[in-house]
Amino acid sequence: MSLSNSSFVNITSPHAHGGNTTSRIMMLVILATVPGIIALTYFFGWGNLINIALAGITALTCEAIVLKIRKRPISFFLKDNSALLTAVLLGIALPPFAPWWVTVVAVSFAMIFAKHLYGGLGNNPFNPAMVGYALVLISFPVQMTTTWATPFFLTSDTLIPGQAIIAGQIMSFTDTLSVIFSSTAGLTDGFSGATPLDTYKHLAKNETAVEIMQGPLFANETTGGSASNWFAGGWEYVNIAFLIGGLALLALRIFTWHIPFSLLAALGTCSMLFGWDADLYVPWSLHIFTGATMLGAFFIATDPVTASTTPLGKIIYGAGIGILIFVIRTWGAYPDAIAFAVLLMNFAAPLIDTYTQPRTYGHEKAKRGMPAKPNDSDTSSKEG
Amino acid sequence: MQPITLHSFDGGIHPQENKHQSTQTAIAPLPLPAQLVIPVGQHIGAPADVIVAVGDLVLKGQVIAQPKGFVSAAVHAPSSGKIVAIEQRELPHSSGLEGTCVIIDTDGQDQWLEDIANGSREISDYLEADNDVLVNRIRDCGITGMGGAGFPTSVKMAVKDKQIDTLIINAAECEPYITADDMLMRERAIAAMHGIQILMKLTSADNCLIGIEDNKPEAIKAMEDALHSVHGEHHITVVTVPTKYPSGGEKQLIKILTGKEVPSGGIPSAIGIVCQNVGTCEAIYRAVAEGKPLISRITTITGESVEQPQNVEVLIGTPVKHLLAFAGFKQEKSLFQKLLGSFNASSNSESESKPRLIMGGPMMGFTLSSDELPILKSSNCILAPSQKELPANDIASACIRCGLCTEACPADLLPQQLYWFSKAGELDKAEQHNIADCIECGACSYVCPSEIPLVQYYRHAKGAIKEERATQLKSDRSRVRFEARQDRLDREAAEKEAKRQARAATAEKAQAAKKAAALAQQKEAAEEAAKNGDPANPDSGPPDSGSAESKAPEPIDLEKLQKQLDAAQAGLKKSMDKIAELKAEAENSDDPAAPIENIEVFEKAVATRRDKVKLLAQQITEAKKLAPPVKKEITRDDIEKKLRAQQDRIDKTQQRFQLAQEQGSETLPALQKGLDKQMQKLKELEADLAQFDKAGA
Repeated sequence: MSLSNSSFVNITSPHAHGGNTTSRIMMLVILATVPGIIALTYFFGWGNLINIALAGITALTCEAIVLKIRKRPISFFLKDNSALLTAVLLGIALPPFAPWWVTVVAVSFAMIFAKHLYGGLGNNPFNPAMVGYALVLISFPVQMTTTWATPFFLTSDTLIPGQAIIAGQIMSFTDTLSVIFSSTAGLTDGFSGATPLDTYKHLAKNETAVEIMQGPLFANETTGGSASNWFAGGWEYVNIAFLIGGLALLALRIFTWHIPFSLLAALGTCSMLFGWDADLYVPWSLHIFTGATMLGAFFIATDPVTASTTPLGKIIYGAGIGILIFVIRTWGAYPDAIAFAVLLMNFAAPLIDTYTQPRTYGHEKAKRGMPAKPNDSDTSSKEG
Repeated sequence: MQPITLHSFDGGIHPQENKHQSTQTAIAPLPLPAQLVIPVGQHIGAPADVIVAVGDLVLKGQVIAQPKGFVSAAVHAPSSGKIVAIEQRELPHSSGLEGTCVIIDTDGQDQWLEDIANGSREISDYLEADNDVLVNRIRDCGITGMGGAGFPTSVKMAVKDKQIDTLIINAAECEPYITADDMLMRERAIAAMHGIQILMKLTSADNCLIGIEDNKPEAIKAMEDALHSVHGEHHITVVTVPTKYPSGGEKQLIKILTGKEVPSGGIPSAIGIVCQNVGTCEAIYRAVAEGKPLISRITTITGESVEQPQNVEVLIGTPVKHLLAFAGFKQEKSLFQKLLGSFNASSNSESESKPRLIMGGPMMGFTLSSDELPILKSSNCILAPSQKELPANDIASACIRCGLCTEACPADLLPQQLYWFSKAGELDKAEQHNIADCIECGACSYVCPSEIPLVQYYRHAKGAIKEERATQLKSDRSRVRFEARQDRLDREAAEKEAKRQARAATAEKAQAAKKAAALAQQKEAAEEAAKNGDPANPDSGPPDSGSAESKAPEPIDLEKLQKQLDAAQAGLKKSMDKIAELKAEAENSDDPAAPIENIEVFEKAVATRRDKVKLLAQQITEAKKLAPPVKKEITRDDIEKKLRAQQDRIDKTQQRFQLAQEQGSETLPALQKGLDKQMQKLKELEADLAQFDKAGA
């Protein structure tokens, strides 16, 4: 069978592809948050799920609108699941009973300003979810600090999981919905939305470690009434769940061990160094297992677009975040510091990349730093 | 079996091997094609020089092109036949460029060259032969690397004694689909082993490591059995390496087997290693022991579009069409195409509808634009995939900086950064991130989840860097030339200026001297006039014309002035004749006393011309005074000439003198004086001649 000329297509090598896709990676990350979401719902009620759904809808809508304005194919970009992932992370991070407009503002700001105005996926220098979170944290401090839920077991009456308590009241699903979508922003009665970290930090001014650990947050029904450094108001299970999800992603080689390991190591080391006296400082176990630590270590800091890219750079980046988390938590005004720590290291990531190139095959030393300017350049730039 | 410690290189991927399809049958001999197209430049280095002509009859194994220069290889006729054309044809290369090809119509006899057929070229004791003999044999038989790059083997063998300590035989064949080396080792292990022994001798290496991937157990066994058949002490080891792409890359294999890294921009001999493909070893053995040049090779023909994927022994220059037909190529038509025919408008669908024909493997092979292109010495595989098997990439998404490419890169580069720099055109940063060390293996784009065509970006950036360098070099050279030229022009201008100033200075002096001379002359003329009581006699002629003529090599100024003087004199004479004519006419006419018409004009002309003549004469005098004394060789002829001239002058003056005497002219005393002067000059010249004779002879 003879064939005429040019009946074959001309394409350069390589011709084979491994089959991995960006949408698959994003979806796997979303799926890895499911254990954590289950734990959150179990202990703190329906708020997180509702927020995730709301955030998801908002994110996809915002992205679609912006893509339309930018004249890009909408379905091609929406199907890479990156908007969905940002929404899920924000839904997890925001307080369960935050008013709906806080969620909407955070998500839309994240999508429009922190992602698309920089050029869309891959071009943003700052983690969009953390930008949205930081915005609402600073702009709506009351709503962000008073709408946390208390774990279900902190009531002497009932022990039904999934029913969060707010202002002493047990909230069912519909109750939660009405709170989130009500017109009354935030809640009254001065409920402080105590996270264990916050609680410990404030109580440490007056009480000793032993006394703190006897408090209701630490010695409760789930711990059988006795305190141990390990148990902290439901949050530890949430963190363990996120840890499991993160380890699964590590096994699937979605990201490398560098960032989570160095983040946790730095945080743990700092808290051990400075937390030698449990009476004065929050112990390391609380640092690692409460708050959004595991979420931050495995899902937020590992956001590939905004993190450092070289192996050594990743370690420095992760360690930097860990140290900043400790610093802001201990001496800063905010209860949880993941967002600010990550954003601050996002600033540093390009510089870290420039100075941490690995050694290439065949070279004796790694070439670090900016490229040298040519000698006979006519420009008078003095940058080296 | 191997006391060798295996190292490993960072990165690498594990694609689907797809090798089992083509290893089910033994190597099949391909039937003779009707026509062979043999490019003369199918190796690295200068293309060979064709030594045959159209119409020649050639035999199998006959040289048709000689190597040109050191880095080059010979080309031979793969079968007997007639040369029908030597012309430019498209070469099987990703560039699609053309090159000189020799086209042979086979005669079906497949007749070997006599020397080869009767075995007279065989070197049976090759292990005792001279190294130079062996290297020349390799060169004359056109052996080039058969692993894919095609480097002339004889050049690789040009190593100094004791330079090489390890010979590495690359039998890894890491690329999917390709099984040519696998089948060669299974069937011809002993020949390959003999070739390896020859290489050991040529390089005088201390030991030899044969690297084979662990997905080829039969080949490993065959090579180990062949090793048993080698007599005497040998330092050859068969080493099994883990299957990973690209362990067959020279740099990567060297690292795996020895732990050493080839320096960037350098070659393995810099660290004492020579690497050779196992197929080349077998070809070396054939060339040395049997005298057969490299005219055929084993090529894998595979892919879902061929019905019988297998390995074939194919003559160099066989059109790919022939191979495809032998293996049962069926052109696939997708359902889409069947429904719509050729109603595909978008360019993306072109790559989806037209099939791919790849020479090489799926990772580093290049596509062929037509199946008329020939098999080369380095063509190890023809891959004809179906659309499903190797689908074209989807449109690339954005890079999410996931870093999977960095993990996969075998050269420890940062492909992600290189991508961003290449895309943005920041070539200096790309160079600083060592883009030149990229081996274009394709592992990065294989793993990229956004399906970004990474290798294409790097190729583009490398090309742009090269172009920029060439432009920079050219502009540097131009600048150097320009500056040199400017210097030269400045220098010349300065010299001119200096000369001009010198001339101006001397001219000023001359002016002053002229003035003085003019004054002096006026005084003389006045004195003479007073003595003779005559206005200047027009017939006495210019006083110095004679002596002006006596100096033979005059400066140009003088010559010019002399010419002007002659012209002026001629003009003067003309005017004076005219006046005489008119005067004569007037006398002969009826009214002799009437005033002559236009005579004033001519008289005025005469006056002006006379002045001009005088002026020129003065200028000549000054010029001669200013001109440096010309020291010239005065020959005897010169003096004689002068003598004769003077004699003539004297005769003339004497004639005038006699006339004047007869007429009783008042110029008599002046003439007498003039005559006396001339006689004196004559005497001087005679004296000079006498002196010359005394001194010269």
